[in-house]
Amino acid sequence: MSREQRLSEIIADHQGREGPLLPILHDVQEEFGCVDEEAERVIALALNLSRADVHGVVSFYHDFHTKADSRPVVQICRAESCKARGVEALMEGAVRAAGERVKLADVYCLGLCSSGPNARVGDKLHARLDGAALNKLIENA
Amino acid sequence: MGYERQADFGTPEVKSDQQVTLTIDGREVTVPAGTTVMRAAAECGGSIPKLCATDSLNQFGSCRLCLVEIEGARGTPASCTTPVGPGMVVHTQTPRLEKLRKGVMELYISDHPLDCLTCSANNDCELQDQAANVGLRDVRYGYQGENHMGQDVDTSNPYFDFSPDKCIVCSRCVRACGETQGTFALTVDGRGFASKISAGQSGDDFLSSECVSCGACVQACPTSALMEKSVVEHGKPERAVVTTCAYCGVGCTFRAEMKGEQLVRMVPWKDGKANRGHSCVKGRFAWGYANHQDRILKPMIRDSIDQPWQEVSWEEALSYTAAKIKSIKETYGARALGGITSSRCTNEETFLVQKLIRGGFGSNNVDTCARVCHSPTGFGLSQAFGTSAGTQDFDSVMDADVILLIGANPTDGHPVFASRMKRRLRQGAKLIVIDPRRIDLVRSPHINAEHHLPLQPGTNVAVLTSIAHVIVTEGLADEAFIRERCDWDEYQDWARFVSDEKHSPEYLEAVTKVPAETVRQAARLYATGGNGAIYYGLGVTEHSQGSSTVMAIANLAMVTGNIGRRGVGVNPLRGQNNVQGSCDMGSFPHELSGYRHLSDSATRQMFEKDWGVSLDPEPGLRIPNMLDAAVDGTFRAIYIQGEDILQSDPDTHHVAAGLAAMDLVIVHDLFLNETANYATVFLPGSTFLEKDGTFTNAERRIQPVRKVMEPANGYADWEITQMLANAIGCDWNYTHPSEILDEIARLTPTFTGVSWERLEREGSLQWPVNEKFPDGSPIMHVDGFVRGKGKFVVTEYVPTDERTGPRFPLLLTTGRILSQYNVGAQTRRTANVVWHHEDVLEMHPTDAENRGLADGSWARLASRTGETTLRVVVTDRVAPGVVYTTFHHPATQANVVTTDYSDWATNCPEYKVTAVQVTPSNGPSEWQEEYNAQAERSRRIAHVEPAE
Repeated sequence: MSREQRLSEIIADHQGREGPLLPILHDVQEEFGCVDEEAERVIALALNLSRADVHGVVSFYHDFHTKADSRPVVQICRAESCKARGVEALMEGAVRAAGERVKLADVYCLGLCSSGPNARVGDKLHARLDGAALNKLIENA
Repeated sequence: MGYERQADFGTPEVKSDQQVTLTIDGREVTVPAGTTVMRAAAECGGSIPKLCATDSLNQFGSCRLCLVEIEGARGTPASCTTPVGPGMVVHTQTPRLEKLRKGVMELYISDHPLDCLTCSANNDCELQDQAANVGLRDVRYGYQGENHMGQDVDTSNPYFDFSPDKCIVCSRCVRACGETQGTFALTVDGRGFASKISAGQSGDDFLSSECVSCGACVQACPTSALMEKSVVEHGKPERAVVTTCAYCGVGCTFRAEMKGEQLVRMVPWKDGKANRGHSCVKGRFAWGYANHQDRILKPMIRDSIDQPWQEVSWEEALSYTAAKIKSIKETYGARALGGITSSRCTNEETFLVQKLIRGGFGSNNVDTCARVCHSPTGFGLSQAFGTSAGTQDFDSVMDADVILLIGANPTDGHPVFASRMKRRLRQGAKLIVIDPRRIDLVRSPHINAEHHLPLQPGTNVAVLTSIAHVIVTEGLADEAFIRERCDWDEYQDWARFVSDEKHSPEYLEAVTKVPAETVRQAARLYATGGNGAIYYGLGVTEHSQGSSTVMAIANLAMVTGNIGRRGVGVNPLRGQNNVQGSCDMGSFPHELSGYRHLSDSATRQMFEKDWGVSLDPEPGLRIPNMLDAAVDGTFRAIYIQGEDILQSDPDTHHVAAGLAAMDLVIVHDLFLNETANYATVFLPGSTFLEKDGTFTNAERRIQPVRKVMEPANGYADWEITQMLANAIGCDWNYTHPSEILDEIARLTPTFTGVSWERLEREGSLQWPVNEKFPDGSPIMHVDGFVRGKGKFVVTEYVPTDERTGPRFPLLLTTGRILSQYNVGAQTRRTANVVWHHEDVLEMHPTDAENRGLADGSWARLASRTGETTLRVVVTDRVAPGVVYTTFHHPATQANVVTTDYSDWATNCPEYKVTAVQVTPSNGPSEWQEEYNAQAERSRRIAHVEPAE
């Protein structure tokens, strides 16, 4: 199935719903790893929105990407609690461990404030990280 | 008038039956319920600091500067989002608020360049004003942190720049693009600190985005982030004059903002009742033609059209012309002379031209370009209702529940009204579009027509009669209304006629190509959906059955009772700024001003007495008849003010032959237009910026046009007509157009209450303005039709003689595009060519493929009258079998192809239906080459070195 066909299929799956844009964007992101300009354009046309409307929504959410990035992602919490529990000291090692292969992303709170520093890989949360644990997490990502 | 920004109440006006009284800073104020605290404060003379609020947009509550304290309420609510409550006690200035506002302002300024002195908004900037108002004295955060400075300026739009570093992300532009204009081309990209205003998507700039350059965002911007290039270049204007736009029939009023004699910018006037503070790319920005180098500023004459032009003095030009006129009159009689009034000129100028022809030349051979656009509207509506004009004001659309749009493309042709209509549609009104093309209003962001009836061009009457069939046979007629307001016997005849099975949608489907079920649903919706309003354009009138279609429209409004109140009615979208006015002023060969027939001797005598002349009681020739008579040798001279008939009228070969056969063609225009290629006298005209007068828009609104600069050609057009009249022996002594307006009021029963003083005082008046309607008439036929009983006219569908066949299998229909205006004489001489630099032919993919044509291919477009070449755009906007083009560019001359078929009643040409064939081509047609060579020869001006 071509990319265009798959995109129209995703749109068709949700078009009848109330507020179809976000579910479509989630599926497109999931399927293609990004919502690029062409996808924005096609979705806008299908939902009778302007291109700018769709782009505004896509760019608002960090988890919608305009370009696909095949690297694994490790999200590290840099919010107050994790900072207080020492995440900043782990960052230098983390950056080194990640190198070019892994993408590190800052997030602000994963909801486990009492057990930081915390990180997330995929849908899995990792708590009480120290330097070694975080580096290992990155290497295995 | 000096230069002051117009008052801004912060949030829009609210209408309510209930009034609320509250106290603001110790002052008691009463406002309609639902009004915001911010607006209430502004109405009692206060001013709460604000940045994200402006009264053209709904409240937003993002800038946090307009905080107030309300006794008994917690915290410091934003006044722009807090509605007033009875007995509320509000404080807008307290030490606590002062501190909060200063803090907010500090944050704004910490990320804003401090280059006020060299900024294009210096001294005209809301951010600067508010910093002053809150008493900002220093910024504790410094300027070293992360900020948005040094970003590239987006200069892609030809008329305005976007400087992101001056932007405070208040979203006023984004909201204006959506709420005011309805295009939604702008968004906020990203979030939090990374938020920035973006036109379109990541890879876009303003020009490549969906932006239509209406200027609403520039108007809404509180800083210099969005700023007119002309202000960047010239600086802040020093005075403003309110005047009326000279483009389309919407009649937007603008503040012409000036520096000395230089126009710096045109800004829509918030108090303008036609445009309500909005504008489009033409009126707002495309005024550069006024001082274009192509403009002719000196009178010119020549003995024949193969000679170069000779620049002469006004005296010489006028005496040369007068001598020719007199000699033609002596040799061939008065009826060999005639003229054409201009729908681009003022009422006063138009009135003078017809007065010159009737009283000075002595013939009634006067016509106007309405002949080729809305003459069927004048005829059809006067038959049905008794007046030759639309029934509503533009505001009425905000009360419509169902809008039936026929043969009009408002987003391109009448963009400012289209924005109002779109606003109403977004509020929930339903739309039915009857048009062969899928125009933007059928489907575009946030707009989705309920029904689109993509009829075969030329079958309007069949479709409208089948709608009437459904209404009558399904018992949806408003019998009470018809019995009270219309002629019941005529109604019954008509109802019997439309009820005939051969007028059913099913029977007519073969002709109209519209699925019967769609017609039925549309008919039911219009008849039962609440207030039904009909808007229509030239897709209705420019047909062999144009007048029948107008009457069929009137029938639909009457049978459903949709006439005589707000939200309903029959609304022709008039094409040109003053086409309503030029018709009102007696521009037709059979009518004196106010649509009174020449055969009425009482009316004729009134004019004869006032003018001191005797008038020919016989109606004169219409434009096509003048051209026919010229070819026959009986019509010898024509005075054409502000119209380019060679490009705009159908069957160019015929027009050229007629003009070439005349002894004297006087062209009075800004530019050496295409018609001037056949002229021997050229009188340079003045622009709308260079004269006083009035224009009348599509809602019968008479609005003042004011002189903001001296005429570059020396005289206003009314002065030139007066000089010509006096040169042939008249004795006219007008010193100001207001005196001409007084004469019009004196001689025209629908205008008796109109005067320049009153227009100065009240801004505008909608005719009739007389003893019966002293304040004018926003809505007509409220208590009864002007003609007495509304008249149902039987409209039998008669197919046009223009048929497709093996040689010409496609149907061509023509129209307008947003950025260009009619023959393009003005807009082609502005930066608007960025959007549309040539006419193209829209063609369905199937038709294109069958002919081996791809997007962008050169094609030869041929009909039985002529052929031309242009590029193809392949699109499914048009149905298979239909092609579409515009007529803005003389290089294309789309009207070489159109035929001389015309409306049975008014001779309005059948522009909208021409049988054509399209074939691949590799260059201009023979006619295009011949014509271009002739035009080039004819445009030569012999430049004589001035003697010192």
